[in-house]
Amino acid sequence: MTDTAAPVSPGMSPGTYPTRWKRPPQMIKSRFWRYALAIGALVWLVLALGTIEVNWQRVMVGMERGQRFIAGFLQPDFTTRWRDISTGLIESLTMTLTSTVVGVLISIPIGIGAARNVAPRWIYAICRGIIAVSRALQEIIVAIFFVALFGFGAFAGFLTLTFATIGFIGKLLAEDIEDIDESQAEAIRATGASWFQLINYAIQPQVMPRLIGLSLYRLDINFRESAVIGIVGAGGIGATLNTALNRYEYDSAGAVLLIIIAIVMISEYSSGYLRRWVQ
Amino acid sequence: MLSVDKLTKVYKTGDKALTDVSFTVPKGQVVGLIGPSGAGKSTLIRCVNRLVEPTEGTVRLNDLDITRLRAGELRRARRRIGMIFQEYALVERLTVMENVLSGRLGYVPFWRSFTRRFPGEDIAKAFRLLDRVGLSAHADKRADALSGGQRQRVGIARALEQDPELLLVDEPTASLDPKTSRQIMRLIVEICRESGLPAIINIHDVVLAQQFADRIIGLQAGRVVFDGPATGLTEAVLTQIYGEEDWTAMRQAAAEDEAAEAEQRDEAKKMMRAL
Repeated sequence: MTDTAAPVSPGMSPGTYPTRWKRPPQMIKSRFWRYALAIGALVWLVLALGTIEVNWQRVMVGMERGQRFIAGFLQPDFTTRWRDISTGLIESLTMTLTSTVVGVLISIPIGIGAARNVAPRWIYAICRGIIAVSRALQEIIVAIFFVALFGFGAFAGFLTLTFATIGFIGKLLAEDIEDIDESQAEAIRATGASWFQLINYAIQPQVMPRLIGLSLYRLDINFRESAVIGIVGAGGIGATLNTALNRYEYDSAGAVLLIIIAIVMISEYSSGYLRRWVQ
Repeated sequence: MLSVDKLTKVYKTGDKALTDVSFTVPKGQVVGLIGPSGAGKSTLIRCVNRLVEPTEGTVRLNDLDITRLRAGELRRARRRIGMIFQEYALVERLTVMENVLSGRLGYVPFWRSFTRRFPGEDIAKAFRLLDRVGLSAHADKRADALSGGQRQRVGIARALEQDPELLLVDEPTASLDPKTSRQIMRLIVEICRESGLPAIINIHDVVLAQQFADRIIGLQAGRVVFDGPATGLTEAVLTQIYGEEDWTAMRQAAAEDEAAEAEQRDEAKKMMRAL
């Protein structure tokens, strides 16, 4: 190769280079549109705020009720309704664990099917479809549907959470599989391995730690969700919470909320620890 | 014996990676495939085991036309072709032993590989190969706990575990230091000599190629521009493949490297004797 570039002379004085530099505009090149958009957004915000109607009298009444709620929260009553609380809690924990296990088991084949690099086109389309449906429907709507179908109680909650888990784990697992190091898969393919062997030897070792991490994460999401869907009749600690609120027993409600917070924190710390351990 | 006939590969983007590539590799021959980046070396060896589908032409391994095989037959053909990769391509989270045993995947049913219950002779073979590449002490370590040179040795053992009739080697030394590179090349070539195994080695280090290969094939923009013994690789030929460069200086540097290495070995021997 012939070297045509002129050599840079080392004695060049620093004075010949500019000393000022401005970062080029990031998103909008034209100065006019930059200002116009900012002013427009501000005007829109002011107008939008003007349309909100606030009933100050209602707020005053609500303040008082809020105060009682906070007072109940500060003096939680675990004992009076302990029987209800413990039944609800056990129901919720059962619902959470079973739905996470079943949901993860179902979402593994769906997640693999939804990964473009290991699944044929038509399977990919079907699996992505299932994931899209599961993610599009909000838990509460699904819970209302299942409660209508199977009646009040934990079974409806179990189905709801399983359904939601499939969309969540399926999507994230599929994305993780699409992000793997392809050279490892290529090497396994080159040995004459079958598709199942490829999944077992090249894909599984690469995605397993993340799958475990996601499952643990979903476990605590499911627990929190079980409190929410209980309010629409799907059983568990949510139902207990709802009953307490309806009876204006804010001290019992406070106890329920504190228990939920404690369990979520425990699962948060233990899942962090487990995730580090599986790496 | 491998014979490649009029092989052409056009990628979907319209890039012509290979044009009318033909050559045959007899049993026991080690071929160095050289050429600048983007000349089609990787594509060529991947067309042999159809990790890349060739557009036209045929690839025959011992009279089996690989280009015409269906999926199941292709898997059976692939298990007779060992492959060694540039970045080792070990499954990092599996143990060294699992990586070596994965060379048997084409031979065992799924449940056996899933439960890691490989036949006794496969396991014995794996231990023997690990011993051959000098890693018997590391069998139960995870692959990502090894150094680059060690990982490539595992890669070699995995390829040999397949009982291959042909070795495809893709830039085996690209991520290794000069000394380790030479050791790895020496190991691959020794193993090929021991069992009369033919090999195609993609390598962009001309000096290494010349030192270790029996025969050199030079690719330039997807065409074979040189095919002959390693001694026939003159300045003129190299210039034709790579363009102008100071080949003499490059060879000299490599020779110095090697002399230093030999000196180091002698020193080590002296030390051992002194002890």
